[in-house]
Amino acid sequence: MGTLAEEILGAPAGEYVDRRVDRAYAHDGTGVLAREAWLSIGTGAFPDPDHRYLIFDHIVPANTSLTADLQKELRVFARQQGMHLSDVGGGVCHQVMAEGYALPGEVIVGADSHSCTLGAFGAFATGVGATDMAGIWATGETWFRVPETTGVFLDGALTGAAAAKDVALAYVSALGMDGATYRALEFVGEGAGGLSMADRLTLSNMAVETGAKAGMFYADAVTREYLAGFGHAVEEQTPVDGYRQEVTLDLGDIEPLLALPPRVDTVCPVAEKEGLAVDQVFLGTCTCGRYEDLEAFARIVRGKKVTVRTVVVPASRAVLTRAASTWVLPALIEAGCAVGTPGCGPCLGAHMGVIGEGEVCLSTANRNFRNRMGVGGEIYLASPQTAAATALAGEIRSPEGCL
Amino acid sequence: MKGEGHAVCLGRDIDTDLIIAGRYLRTKDRSVWAAHVFEDLDPTLAGRLAGAVIVAGPNFGCGSSREQAAVALKEAGVVAVAAPTFARIFFRNAVNIGLLVLECEIPCHEGEAVRFDLDEGWIEAGGTRRPLRPLSPRMREILRSGGLVPYLSGGHG
Ligand code: SF4
Repeated sequence: MGTLAEEILGAPAGEYVDRRVDRAYAHDGTGVLAREAWLSIGTGAFPDPDHRYLIFDHIVPANTSLTADLQKELRVFARQQGMHLSDVGGGVCHQVMAEGYALPGEVIVGADSHSCTLGAFGAFATGVGATDMAGIWATGETWFRVPETTGVFLDGALTGAAAAKDVALAYVSALGMDGATYRALEFVGEGAGGLSMADRLTLSNMAVETGAKAGMFYADAVTREYLAGFGHAVEEQTPVDGYRQEVTLDLGDIEPLLALPPRVDTVCPVAEKEGLAVDQVFLGTCTCGRYEDLEAFARIVRGKKVTVRTVVVPASRAVLTRAASTWVLPALIEAGCAVGTPGCGPCLGAHMGVIGEGEVCLSTANRNFRNRMGVGGEIYLASPQTAAATALAGEIRSPEGCL
Repeated sequence: MKGEGHAVCLGRDIDTDLIIAGRYLRTKDRSVWAAHVFEDLDPTLAGRLAGAVIVAGPNFGCGSSREQAAVALKEAGVVAVAAPTFARIFFRNAVNIGLLVLECEIPCHEGEAVRFDLDEGWIEAGGTRRPLRPLSPRMREILRSGGLVPYLSGGHG
């Protein structure tokens, strides 16, 4: 028996395979070029539109006439082809796909680098660019090099103020920004089994930050229960033993962490940077914009006031709806957070929540590249809990004292 | 598939945000990407890319899946990008749009001539010849067609 990637792709590591793509999705950014490329291919074929998704999340609602025109064209295209269309306000593509579409054992391709998020379900999920997506739209399949796998062993359980995001930063810093290039990650061990679906999605999401093409969990009872909530009955998958390359983390040792600008693999305990003034806090994204993240943040700011501008963008409409039906959304609004349309929000620095020259943002996202959220701005990455403690203090602050 | 150009040396982990910033993505006008390529890394770089072979450190093109990064380099006149490793989405994107990518370890001296031959599998700079990591047959065919669009419209796949 092979690794999960080998099992799903049906060949040993190192081989090239052509695989039918079970689900493919693109967003308002990559969709534009994918549409152009598909038109240029010129065969007119668009097989399996029922399993093709176009999700508006990057610049929503449109900010300029140019964006609006590009989105209009894309919306018409999606309707013509009979694709699933998740329009403005539906949420970040990876989260939308995580709400009952992605299933264990599937080959899922997204025209976005964080498509590895869906590996949390035991799917082989990976990102491609626009022209690859056009090829999938036209032929229903694509080629892969079956990846070698790095096993990420998780022991123990999270304690104190540590969160899944801290585990993600810990493994990214252990592997480095290219430590798993061309490879797949598999998250295994008792600690992995103890994580919720929301936590798993956070871990799988950041796999690409190590260069990995996939970041997978084996479907288990947690996966089954989550997907049962969407009406799917799925089978559990059996982990392989033995990886040629391994990383081991004891979740009990994880403390709140911070990735320092401009490298996601430069990580230190939050405690070491306490007191550093921030100008903006951003809670959201495909990494940490789920209900559980909003709730963890709200638990800390509830009944208090944030002292810096704080932007909260739920990852999907379902997240927003759930937060609105509990104490969470009112607590965030009353604490002084600005709540935005579900989607990517300020993450990509293209339309809203952009930071100014010399400004510092503490963000729950996955990337802190130079200038990403605005020219001359700096991004520190952390968990929702650290973001909440920081929003209250106006400076970087560990959430440890807040619990 | 062979070629040559002057070396432009870059460091490791050059991300796609640095190649073309998010603020320039919302257009279909390719000349915009070529004009702003590497703007946040070094604004003078764009002017030196015509006829260049970029020789970069490991993990070139990491980060987002934006194909505009590969297109920007091609539009700016880059002949090929050489690096010990590439981020895989960038690598696929480059092949798909017909930008030559050369996986190899080669020392870089700014401005010096670099020659390569993909079919014979070598790259040469400053008197040093090194092997190229071979591309899969499929990737070679796609590159030979000029990219995935001409490859697929030519009846493949
Ligand atoms: S939230 Fe950020 S990282 Fe996630 S898909 Fe959107 S832009 Fe990319």
